[in-house]
Amino acid sequence: MLETIGAFWAEYGDVLIEGSWETLIMVTISTVLSYVIGVPLGVALIVTQPQGIRPHRGICGVLGWIVNIGRSLPFAILLVALMPFTRALVGTAIGVKGAIPPLVISAAPFVARMVETSLSEVDAGVVEAAQSMGASPLQIVRKVYLPEAMPSLVLGGAISVVTILAYTAIAGMVGAGGLGDIAIQYGHNRGVTSLMWVTVVFLIIFVQIIQWVFNWWSKRIDKRLDQTADTRKFAPLEMLAHFVHTK
Amino acid sequence: MSIIQIQHLYKTFGTGESAVHALEDINLDIQEGEIFGIIGLSGAGKSTLVRCMNLLERPTSGSVVVDGKEMTALSEKELRLARRNVTMIFQSFNLLMQRTCLKNVCFPMEISGVPAAQAKKRALELLELVGLAEKAGSYPSQLSGGQKQRVAIARALATDPKVLLCDEATSALDPTTTASILALLKDLNEKLGVTVVVITHQMSVIEEICSRVAILDGGVMAEQGKVEDIFSHPSTDAARRLVYPGGVSLEQYPSGTRAVRVAFNGGTAYQPLIASLAIDLGVKVNILGADTREIDGKAFGTMLLGLPDDPNDAAKALSYIRAQPNVSAEEVAYHA
Repeated sequence: MLETIGAFWAEYGDVLIEGSWETLIMVTISTVLSYVIGVPLGVALIVTQPQGIRPHRGICGVLGWIVNIGRSLPFAILLVALMPFTRALVGTAIGVKGAIPPLVISAAPFVARMVETSLSEVDAGVVEAAQSMGASPLQIVRKVYLPEAMPSLVLGGAISVVTILAYTAIAGMVGAGGLGDIAIQYGHNRGVTSLMWVTVVFLIIFVQIIQWVFNWWSKRIDKRLDQTADTRKFAPLEMLAHFVHTK
Repeated sequence: MSIIQIQHLYKTFGTGESAVHALEDINLDIQEGEIFGIIGLSGAGKSTLVRCMNLLERPTSGSVVVDGKEMTALSEKELRLARRNVTMIFQSFNLLMQRTCLKNVCFPMEISGVPAAQAKKRALELLELVGLAEKAGSYPSQLSGGQKQRVAIARALATDPKVLLCDEATSALDPTTTASILALLKDLNEKLGVTVVVITHQMSVIEEICSRVAILDGGVMAEQGKVEDIFSHPSTDAARRLVYPGGVSLEQYPSGTRAVRVAFNGGTAYQPLIASLAIDLGVKVNILGADTREIDGKAFGTMLLGLPDDPNDAAKALSYIRAQPNVSAEEVAYHA
């Protein structure tokens, strides 16, 4: 058994490590850029809605449409359709670099809706209180909406990151690099099913870790919760450290 | 001098057939430094009225003058500045849950650009003033309802407002906590001279701290005046519904009925007043309506008693009731 694993790792270890690294890079950059676009969009959706702090039917309607259109396009189609645009933007439509523009364009509307949902959970009374103190819309966004919604935004972040991770696997179909690419190239094209399943296991582990870290982070910053006991103790990093030491 | 003057204020939600007339022809004059109550049943329009005072709701028509400024004529920016002068506390406290108490009190000062160090110093003073200095570093979720409202009060005072609007500020609190918050408001009114406008559906709140009261009923101003006048001579149905327990109307009793409204203000023990009247004086009174409850062994609430026909008996009963500790009694007018 161990020998088999050893032989497997000797043959494919480098491929897996490189693939994981590429996936990590794609997910991280795409997530950051998606939030750079998605957060202002989500904020604008909340602020301009009829009950918002700066209602504007036109802006709200147009943004809603744009976001819905972005959300309706299947990622696989967007990926192919955007190729000329991607090439023009970053010089290539393949590899990690080529995958990022379609990932961001596809994920940003998704992030916008996640942000909108999180912000809509902020107590309307608290927003009204801020208005009653003479806060401007910008101050309300910066000092009320975003900080008050932060634990929920972080939880939403986990969903966004996992969604983007899933997209990177699809992007593998057009040679984006990363674990999805390995699964298709080796598993599908060359018939190395074992490697395909290993990438699946890697992806499962990634998703678990992401969810775990974001859950912990959200709990850690949420001042509505009792901060004394569990949240500190089950800190993933501490647990990881514990694990490393016992080994 | 009047600090809030409202004239011919109308507020309509929606248009056409579905329009709801929340407020109709409201006229109010609130004096600087007083504690003014606005009472009404839910749906009477009192929350809308109080939001018209800081323009959180824009009146459909009419004039709202606060501290000499016509609020409806201000630009957005001017309005934001004016709101620092008319702050508000709420039934659900509306504290920022992700900020400490200290940071909550700092919030309005952050907004108005007070330097951080100065804001912190002032916030600590305010927390001290409301008796919560030791909770400066705590988060709202760690506080009781009464403590949350104290923080909210400190926050509302941070910009040195001339008017403090209290929207059902004690409605989510138990009677003991309500009493302590009301005492605090009264204290702040006396110490700082801040005008307090109290919105409530509870007559006991008005009775406790207000000097004048306005009664809202279905969006119209039913009655306004000094609290003791309205309590002893409610002249409208809306007022009687609120003043008399169970909403009894004196009109249903024969002409010549003398009645007394008895308020129990938390005597140390519940006293069977009616029974002792009969035993000690041999005078029988008729309970026309009652709404009393016992909280922690203390009696709260009101009763409307019909006095005996004999004037001597009636006078004896009245003075007996008045002699009880923590009980106040007012003879109420009969309206033929």
